[in-house]
Amino acid sequence: MHISSSEQNGLHLHLCNIDKFKTTSIMLMIKAPLQEDIITARALIPYVLNGGTTNYPNRKQIRKKLDEMYGATLYSDVHKKGEYHIITFEMEISAEQYLSTPICLLESSLHLLHDIVYNPKIENGVFDSSIVEQEKRSLKQRIISMYDDKMRYASLRLIEEMFKNEPYHIPAYGREEEVDSLNALTVYQVYEKLLQNARFDLFIVGEVNENEIKSMVQNIFSEQHNYSDIQCNFTDEQNIDEVKIVQDKLDVEQGKLFMGYRTFSTIQDENYEATRVANAIFGRFPSSKLFINLREKESLAYFTLSQLESNKGLLITMTGIDFNNYKYAVQIIREQEYALKNGDFTEADVDQAKSMLISQLLEACDTPLGIIDISIQAVDRGFSDNVNDQIRRIQMVSKDDVIHSANKWDLDTIYFLNRNERREEGE
Amino acid sequence: MKEIKYNQLDEVIFSEQYSNGLEVFILPKKGFHKTFATFTTKYGSVDNHFFPVGKDSPIIVPDGIAHFLEHKILESKKNGIFQRFAKQGASANAFTSFTRTAYTLSATSNISKNITMLLDFVQEPYFTDDLVEKEKGIIEQEIKMYDDNPDWRARFGLLENLYKNHPAKIDIAGTVNSINQITKEDLYTCYDTFYHPNNMLLFIVGSVNPEAVIKLIRNNQKRKKFREPKEIIRISSNEDAKVNRSSSVMKFPIQIPKVFIGYKELNPMRQGKGLLKYEMILNVLLELMFGKGSQAYEKMYDKGHVDETFTFDYTNEKGFGFSVIGGDSRNPEEVIKIVNETIDNFKEKAIKKEDVQRVLKKKIGSFLSAINSPQFIANQFTRYRFNEMDLFDVLPTLENLTEKDIEKVLHLHFCDESKTTLVLKKN
Repeated sequence: MHISSSEQNGLHLHLCNIDKFKTTSIMLMIKAPLQEDIITARALIPYVLNGGTTNYPNRKQIRKKLDEMYGATLYSDVHKKGEYHIITFEMEISAEQYLSTPICLLESSLHLLHDIVYNPKIENGVFDSSIVEQEKRSLKQRIISMYDDKMRYASLRLIEEMFKNEPYHIPAYGREEEVDSLNALTVYQVYEKLLQNARFDLFIVGEVNENEIKSMVQNIFSEQHNYSDIQCNFTDEQNIDEVKIVQDKLDVEQGKLFMGYRTFSTIQDENYEATRVANAIFGRFPSSKLFINLREKESLAYFTLSQLESNKGLLITMTGIDFNNYKYAVQIIREQEYALKNGDFTEADVDQAKSMLISQLLEACDTPLGIIDISIQAVDRGFSDNVNDQIRRIQMVSKDDVIHSANKWDLDTIYFLNRNERREEGE
Repeated sequence: MKEIKYNQLDEVIFSEQYSNGLEVFILPKKGFHKTFATFTTKYGSVDNHFFPVGKDSPIIVPDGIAHFLEHKILESKKNGIFQRFAKQGASANAFTSFTRTAYTLSATSNISKNITMLLDFVQEPYFTDDLVEKEKGIIEQEIKMYDDNPDWRARFGLLENLYKNHPAKIDIAGTVNSINQITKEDLYTCYDTFYHPNNMLLFIVGSVNPEAVIKLIRNNQKRKKFREPKEIIRISSNEDAKVNRSSSVMKFPIQIPKVFIGYKELNPMRQGKGLLKYEMILNVLLELMFGKGSQAYEKMYDKGHVDETFTFDYTNEKGFGFSVIGGDSRNPEEVIKIVNETIDNFKEKAIKKEDVQRVLKKKIGSFLSAINSPQFIANQFTRYRFNEMDLFDVLPTLENLTEKDIEKVLHLHFCDESKTTLVLKKN
């Protein structure tokens, strides 16, 4: 598997020519530094863009066009990554050799994608106001319903509390209370700035002819992209004096316990793989310490795992427990953390964690999105590397490296979503 | 060893049935790192009333037992299954549905060893009273996790509206009460009845040599002793076409209400090609009426009645079937009204050929995209096989559908007496 990266008019193009899929996948990633004052306006942009273009003036027209292209799919999303706010457009189209009437869908999908991003439906020089109003309503609903999912709720609240003084504490979709104040003009201004200043990465995975695609992209995405790499690599200097403990109460049947650690290590670090191995031993897999102890030994939980945010230096443990077991669960999780820090694990545990991570990496190469994700990580890292380099780096991690990395971890916040006092008190 | 070629998709499947009745299917995938396998028994949550093997009277088992059994099989050895696979860089998992219990394997190395381990842990269970008791705490937390999930609650709320007696209305995991009644003996009774190789199917997809794998499994099966296969007699429940309740409102702590409209299948006994064609048509119909490119969706979206969570699906297994339409909505009554009007309008007017062609294209594209995934192929092939269908007949069936076929099913399925609505909202 080879990913070739180049620049076309300032847009970063990443191609992977591969014949094992029945489809071709395209992802456009637009990345700009997180900015607290425009986070909500920016979150609205992809949805407004999907609401209509000059050529396809409403959602239905765009959707019909996609259906006609053998059910080409188009998803957009907004998320945060480290200190960046990211908008993605993701398309998937059938490879022509499997269609009974072969047509080349790649060029028309790139045209459509370009049209959506660069030629929105315009009214009086700005976005169409009825589309903006519609999408404001949807965005508000999206934000509110995020909190209806109690797992999501706990995770959002943990981040809100843990990063109180940083733009990172705001959800990627923005704030509900800011939605009303947006209008076609203000959102359009944020959009124009984004086009000027954001970094654009276009990923294409499928059976493609590299040279053909390059010139196709150059012709279709003919705008000049002037991204200048403002480094906003974040160094976490937060000193943690005392662990913050936050508790909310809602009508829930199960307590959600989320704990946030600062790892002081991001994907840009040379020895980041040691953090990955440490997390694999700690909580990443069903073979990890959290699962073995919280679930298999103590029967306290059904789901329990830990996750890294590789660009923010954040590690979150998550589990769902009975309300009465809060203190005991926190104790067990911390015991696993101390075990890791004290080197209380075997060489065999390290080997097992490494082989799980390597297996996961190889499995990622079996899906188009997995390949795109590997390419994105190379972009995040700031240097291109391939899967074999990554495997080699994982293999080199020693038990000492893991101990060293785990000892940098600092528990910042314990968040617990408790139940309302409607029955007997939990504690 | 049998060999079936699917030329249009450029795939070949090898198969074999062993003397103990076990069927194995192998789909070699060139260029893939991962080998994915599912070992599935035709036994799920709805199989709660049956003749245990060797007994001459039927029994009714506690709700959630198939799922409980799945948990216990995954943890039946002293060393956890997850850890044992992890030592070989592989991961195992399992799931229970209405009609199947599947054990899955994902591996990028040690393929023969891992396949052997998958077969052995499922075929050599070991339950003790203590281990059964210990599992109850874990499953209780799993049930509570779903209790906090509004979409899951809504799904079973809708099924309770649809069914008077059929066990499809019972939550797959059961209730905290029902699982506490389960004993070691109950588990062995269900295991002995439903886990005979004759009731199971093994599907392997990945970069494997089919001949070698088929031989490996043959030798593995020869070493084990099984009783003679016997026909499993399940007792079906009394269920007519009428719904249990035509509407209901469920209270749930959410900000954005949810609305779902369900239709109960009137003739749920179809199998084989008849079922394949019928369910394809229903999926096409739902897409025509309510897909993102439909008039109804546009109208509801523009008016702010629905957002992109609005969706639909159709389920049909031997003995029960239903379609569900709905999602988040601030105006549930309006959604119900527009869904009803849309169905009535479709019944009155002829369906447009161009719309059918567009939707068929979309369905063909999404099938091609789906079969990129080894997991999808393994799971779905098994489901199709258990219903006497062939997954790879999907494309030719879609390509040959006509407007006449579609209109016929429209009038058959969408009947007033088989309709129900459910609204989920805050107190």
